[in-house]
Amino acid sequence: MTRTTQLHQLHTELGARMIDFAGWDMPVWYDSAIDEHHAVRNAAGLFDLGHMAELFVTGPQASSALDRALLIDATAMPVGRARYSMICNEMGGIIDDLIVYRLDETEFMVVANASNGPVVFAELVERAAEFNATVDDRTDDFALVAVQGPKAEEIVLRLTGPDLGDLKYYRVAHIQLSGEQVEGAGIEGVQGYAARTGYTGEDGFELFVPAEYSQALWNALTQAGAPDGLVPVGLAARDTLRLEAGMPLYGNELTLETTPFDVGSARLVKPKDDWYVGSKALAVAADEPHDFLVGLHVDGRRPARTGYDVRVDGRVIGVVTSGAPSPTLGNNIAIARLDQTPELGDTVHIDVRGTETSATVVELPFYRRPQ
Amino acid sequence: MSEIPEQLSYTAEHEWIAHGDAATVGITAFAVEELGDIVFVELPGVGDMVTAGTPCGEIESTKAVSEIYAPMTGEIVEVNDALETAPETIGDDPYGDGWLFKLKTDDGEYVLLDADGYRSLVES
Repeated sequence: MTRTTQLHQLHTELGARMIDFAGWDMPVWYDSAIDEHHAVRNAAGLFDLGHMAELFVTGPQASSALDRALLIDATAMPVGRARYSMICNEMGGIIDDLIVYRLDETEFMVVANASNGPVVFAELVERAAEFNATVDDRTDDFALVAVQGPKAEEIVLRLTGPDLGDLKYYRVAHIQLSGEQVEGAGIEGVQGYAARTGYTGEDGFELFVPAEYSQALWNALTQAGAPDGLVPVGLAARDTLRLEAGMPLYGNELTLETTPFDVGSARLVKPKDDWYVGSKALAVAADEPHDFLVGLHVDGRRPARTGYDVRVDGRVIGVVTSGAPSPTLGNNIAIARLDQTPELGDTVHIDVRGTETSATVVELPFYRRPQ
Repeated sequence: MSEIPEQLSYTAEHEWIAHGDAATVGITAFAVEELGDIVFVELPGVGDMVTAGTPCGEIESTKAVSEIYAPMTGEIVEVNDALETAPETIGDDPYGDGWLFKLKTDDGEYVLLDADGYRSLVES
């Protein structure tokens, strides 16, 4: 049965084209994915992320439970920090990538991908069982809305007050909204969290409020952002934005068949004591050959897509994991997982629907926002 | 509701046909809405023989590749070369500058939809 967020009707009223994404009926674009992409890079975009999972781990041993369950050293995290991490199986294969937010000494929020919410929840419950900690799936309790772009801070602060401007990247803070600047929006006094995290390569915030305030928050942001050109943004633009920013997508770059070493995430594998799930396999994998993720500028007019073979000297050396036309760069880009690491500037060949197409190896990310 | 010009014929694959010495073929506004931003078009070659109902080209959007079907059997006599460098024209003007190719058909009978028939199809 397809799930919907509290903003579903709003999306259809805006004329969004809807698709099934991980069992949720979500907007893929409202008018033009390319226009929405440019809006995020030049002004700001508004994203409904209500399909993502909010899993809470609380209790006196919450941090130890997460140390066991994930790659992260949760115990060492200061309150108010966010960390990108992964959950692996016993073979070191990646079950999901996720962000862990330490809301309090004994309270953590783990945000997992929509496609993996139930699996990650089940694993956390099992892995936390021996600890004095509770795992709750609070996905339905929360609305999650993101504002991303150079104007994001200006816009969000109209609802939260100026102090939030001091929040640094990968930090999370409690917020209380004010309706002063957005009359009639119905957000006065609403409490929640703001995290300075995102999936676009731009500055911005991810806002967590009680689910019953989803529409009020969306409407308040729409109103607050109107003078700055804030537009709603669907999943298609979300994908081209994260691709340009060199960020992996679970199911494309990250799978159960890849270890963190295969996807350039060795830095996430902490040399901890040998007791977190997957640690034995990863200790072995650390010394074995692994794959590499590389960025490619693809020649020609036809994009390379997930699954297309990558060849050097006639031999298949890997596969395209994600590819699309880059609206910001103006050429086709792709991320590929290869069994060797080429030099920057090297040429590889991609089988684009039967046509051998050259591509140049470039650094990731493809795009960095102006500082 | 997307535009469905009265004077054209249509196929279930969301193509329109303007009859004449050669038939002009394109894709409908409905198809454009489904596809989203179009980034690449592969058209048949001038002189190619095509068979009704079989693929003769591809349209790629930001999200997916879709096939273009020949609505009738015959010879391709002209293709819209401008689409090579400006595929987005299809989205901007699907019934005008976004035409795909022109086809000289044999005298076969083709079951095509009229505007009302196509409207019933897409509005169901």
